[in-house]
Amino acid sequence: MKRIITLTVLNRPGVLNRITNLFSKRNYNIESISVGHTEQEGISRITCVVNVENDGIIEQITKQLNKQVDVLKVADISDQAVVARELALIKVQAPPQTRNEIYSLIEPFRASVIDVGKESLIIQITGESEKIEAFIELIKPYGIKELARTGTTAFPRSSQRLNSAKNYSIV
Amino acid sequence: MLQEAAFTEVKAEKQTANGADLLLDSLKKEKVEVIFGYPGGAVLPIYDKIYDCDIFHVLPRHEQGGIHAAEGYARISGKAGVVIATSGPGATNIVTGLADAMMDSLPLVVFTGQVATGVIGTDAFQEADILGITTPITKYNCQVRNIEDIPRIVKEAFHIATTGRPGPVLIDFPKDIAAGTGEAPVDPEISLPGYQPTIEPNYLQIRKLTEAVSRAKKPVILAGAGVLFAKASHLLQEYAQQQNIPVVNTLLGLGSFPASHPLSLGLAGMHGCYTANMALYECDLLINIGARFDDRLTGNLKHFAPNATVAHVDIDPAEIGKNVPTAIPIVGDAGEALKMLIKQEGKKPEHSQWMEKLEGWKKEYPYWYEEEGSVLKPQRVMEMLYEQTNGDAIVVTDVGQHQMWAAQYYPFKNPDRWVTSGGLGTMGFGLPAAIGAQIAEPSARVVAVLGDAGFQMSTQELAVIRELNLPVKIAIFNNQSLGMVRQWQQIFYEERYAHSKIPSQPSFVKLADAYDIKAYQITSEAEAKEILEQVMENDEPVLLDFRIAENENVYPMIAPGKGLHEMVGVKK
Ligand SMILES: Cc1ncc(C[n+]2csc(CCOP(=O)(O)OP(=O)(O)O)c2C)c(N)n1
Repeated sequence: MKRIITLTVLNRPGVLNRITNLFSKRNYNIESISVGHTEQEGISRITCVVNVENDGIIEQITKQLNKQVDVLKVADISDQAVVARELALIKVQAPPQTRNEIYSLIEPFRASVIDVGKESLIIQITGESEKIEAFIELIKPYGIKELARTGTTAFPRSSQRLNSAKNYSIV
Repeated sequence: MLQEAAFTEVKAEKQTANGADLLLDSLKKEKVEVIFGYPGGAVLPIYDKIYDCDIFHVLPRHEQGGIHAAEGYARISGKAGVVIATSGPGATNIVTGLADAMMDSLPLVVFTGQVATGVIGTDAFQEADILGITTPITKYNCQVRNIEDIPRIVKEAFHIATTGRPGPVLIDFPKDIAAGTGEAPVDPEISLPGYQPTIEPNYLQIRKLTEAVSRAKKPVILAGAGVLFAKASHLLQEYAQQQNIPVVNTLLGLGSFPASHPLSLGLAGMHGCYTANMALYECDLLINIGARFDDRLTGNLKHFAPNATVAHVDIDPAEIGKNVPTAIPIVGDAGEALKMLIKQEGKKPEHSQWMEKLEGWKKEYPYWYEEEGSVLKPQRVMEMLYEQTNGDAIVVTDVGQHQMWAAQYYPFKNPDRWVTSGGLGTMGFGLPAAIGAQIAEPSARVVAVLGDAGFQMSTQELAVIRELNLPVKIAIFNNQSLGMVRQWQQIFYEERYAHSKIPSQPSFVKLADAYDIKAYQITSEAEAKEILEQVMENDEPVLLDFRIAENENVYPMIAPGKGLHEMVGVKK
């Protein structure tokens, strides 16, 4: 099962290395990892999506992460109501014959075209990973030339509903 | 005027100095007594200051020897062992020691030289990415980037290494940082917002354990090295007596509970005794204090303590529930937990049947070996070493069969008398670790129990023993083979002895002679007795080459994949 773990860390040299190292040392599988500054100077936020077999492993992961000297806070937010977003850039073959068709797919997904070439387009899409995957599946037949994904970043929602274990946003 | 006053005030809190001076000053502030170091290009600025510094410096003959000596020092003194190595090969030579200290939770503060900041990343002469290499095997590591950070970083390093679950910390020191001058605060504040080990356990969990004890019919305590790090042996004894609970030890926890105590069941694990292993197998309440349920202790987890409620006291929350499902997790210092437990004065368990059963096992299944005429038996040698030292020597071992015999046949009375490489099982550890132990406690009797193969991984450190005239008694259990490997090949690989018999060996007596250390080859019990009486009391180093039975095996034994109840070789 997929779990989303967020970490706030001191932005010291080597901190990301220590964290990714821990995943490989303990044989944990990271699906994606994204890093960036926070509103506080010197503090970064890391969001990891991991694929684990059981709850015991996720408990170990969070404990091991927590133990790292430069890690301030670790949270497994998978069971909370979260807003999770990922961004993908997709360069797709788009000769005049299929271009309109592609445009018609872009709209319902609220994706946008950010670069137009003679034979190809670059599409930007944001949303939850599932949505991005669905979009990629639809686009694939047209010929994806390049694909880059940022990995998920996520926040717990401000108000948590009590009984709903998972509550992903639609868009 | 005002400005000037402000200026002088700042001056008083800061000092201008070169990086190496700041480093050595910081070490003095931490009351460092000894540095195990080896010079080279990148640390020359530091060594130039060491030249005038009054901290005792030991020059090992290999950096790996230096870091193992620091481990031995740390284990016995309870303080951080300090190591300096140069960049590149000096730094990579200490990797094994870091991994060893990480596994066995030994506090080390290690400084490696690094090429100058301007050329880092260019594959400069003797450059190695030591931070990258050591990240998984250090509790923490970092590189000094600014001279003014030195006092703070050193202070933080000692704090991290010695608090919580101890461990090795590595500081990478670029040459220009050591050589350059800068202004640094004299008394820096440490800033580690992400590092706050839990010391005080949760009261509710302590209550839960007290209740579980009162209901238990077959309780047992498993005492690990955490008890030793917490300096809590006396508290463990008090608690075990108060509640009348028997105690088994892990390999690294030996000494945390007196072996001679009626409640002591002895060593558990792969080569532990029948009683201790069966107690773990059959118990209904297992109270783990400061042990990490290592696989050499538990055997096959499927069969481990199948009927027990498990309580686990550990300062490292990540250890709790890692290998064994735990009903009563107690995060905190072993000493604090024991104090709280003692204060509860809970109802004692009603377990007379259990205690009788354990007593019966103790009588029925002691360690055993067979006499073989005039052949010198390793177990007998260990017994004689015990007798000759009154059982209160510091025993340091290497890794292999001799290590297990030492654990079995040297029943420790006191804490912190036992230095061995448990988690990593590092051959070559013993001789240098004995040097460190002797430096930590100059007046103690230190016996280094080594295999003939492991000794040859650190032979060069004999030079240090001579140079410092350390009265270490080196006992080589010479079976002319990689004994433990040979044993496994005999039992699990149809006696196909691939490279486990050493084809040729130097004369250890002549070798010791070359280092100007007195040495004896000993082939019989009578000889052993005579020579031990002669050499064990004096203040000279000595090397004893015990020619022991070549094909002796360590028993009892739990084969890999088996449970603790599936021991073989429990009886003659
Ligand atoms: C550095 C290292 N290499 C290899 C091993 C594997 N190993 C474990 S015990 C052993 C044999 C040790 O032989 P010796 O030092 O003579 O001790 P004995 O078992 O004979 O008492 C070996 C090779 C190890 N533990 N450490």
